[in-house]
Amino acid sequence: MMHVAPYVIAAWIFVVGLYGLVTTRNLIHAVLCLSVMQSSTYVLLLSIGFRRNAGAPIFSVDVPPGTPAVDPVMHALTLTDIVVGATVMALVLALTMQVHRKTGSIDPHKARSISG
Amino acid sequence: MSVYQAVIYALIAIFATVTVLTRDPKVQIFPYAFYGMLLAILFFILQAPDVTLSELAVGTALIPFLVLVTLAKMRARER
Amino acid sequence: MTDRVRFALFAAGIVPLGVFLVWAVAGLSPFGYYPGPYGDVVNAIATAQRHVLNVATAVNFDYRGFDTLGEEYILFTSVAGLILILRERRQTQGKRTSLGETERADGVGALSLVLLPVIVVFGMYMAVHGGLTPGGGFQGGAIIASGFLLAYLGSGHPAFHAIGKIEILEVFESLGAAAYVVIGLAALGLGLSFLQNFMPLGGRGNLVSGGTIWAINIAVMLEVATGLVIALSEFLKEIEP
Repeated sequence: MMHVAPYVIAAWIFVVGLYGLVTTRNLIHAVLCLSVMQSSTYVLLLSIGFRRNAGAPIFSVDVPPGTPAVDPVMHALTLTDIVVGATVMALVLALTMQVHRKTGSIDPHKARSISG
Repeated sequence: MSVYQAVIYALIAIFATVTVLTRDPKVQIFPYAFYGMLLAILFFILQAPDVTLSELAVGTALIPFLVLVTLAKMRARER
Repeated sequence: MTDRVRFALFAAGIVPLGVFLVWAVAGLSPFGYYPGPYGDVVNAIATAQRHVLNVATAVNFDYRGFDTLGEEYILFTSVAGLILILRERRQTQGKRTSLGETERADGVGALSLVLLPVIVVFGMYMAVHGGLTPGGGFQGGAIIASGFLLAYLGSGHPAFHAIGKIEILEVFESLGAAAYVVIGLAALGLGLSFLQNFMPLGGRGNLVSGGTIWAINIAVMLEVATGLVIALSEFLKEIEP
């Protein structure tokens, strides 16, 4: 069980974030739950790429290529994802401000549709 | 799995739950920022320094600040 | 649909999802025993092929440069959408809110303004050394944006808008986004494939090494830094006193 515990924790974070998103009464709370769901994918990717007793995939004169290192492709996928996720959260927050302007509340059950 | 990894993974699972169960956004920022810091520590332990740098700057400083500005804007309009 | 029905539907859906997720991840290789060949292959050949020491940067900007182009344009489009939404609101309604300006101590303001160039230079150092040490365009850009955030927190709106002039920022953001595509098209013009590495590789361990990797690195740093500062600036104009 311990050898797949990190993956199960990533799945748990995803499910918990989804629960928060479904039962929310406040759009800003929903934005942060969405961000928590996104972070579960980072945890899963990096846990898959990890290798015991290995170093970071950065080589130099003292650490020549060939020493055990973790998977660099997962790092590349994750680090762009984090910055892009932050910018998309900013866009969703601007949309939340728009919803508040049009309908006066940020309760997702009350704000039905915005036009314009 | 070493002791550090086990502790960090457990703390991450706990703080994700705490962040979701905190309903008021004004208060939710704090567990979210702490969760971002825990993620940065996890990425460091998993030998990923590039990802640590990204997560620190973004998850601890920029996102909580944008949420605070949104909350301030809504409070201003209600006056 | 009432709350109860919604929650019952969610519970009916989440239990099979949870079971399938746990079943799926239980089939992965145990934590710490990475099996796949791709990571090891890239680790073995990246330094010899591209003369960069940070393999994650080489993967980001060279081996999988097309994915990074897509990610950068997600960022560009989000900032464009944000600008559209917030500026339209400011044009049709007033600009001023009823929030007052916070009292700030002079020492804190002075210190934050002194620290801003230090942080910007540190962010640029982190970005430019992306091929040699942990770092790269995305990380350096995020650090530069947090420097501007510190300037606002210490000195308030006038200082922030005086330093981060929106006209200059927009020009640099477009430049950064366009430079990535132009480098790819230049490879096409030379008869190679799109985004193929065509510049001279340089010596291992130099700053200017890796062919197009350092050029794309700088373009991404420009785009991410200015994009995040533009997003901050638009948000801050919403609560200007």
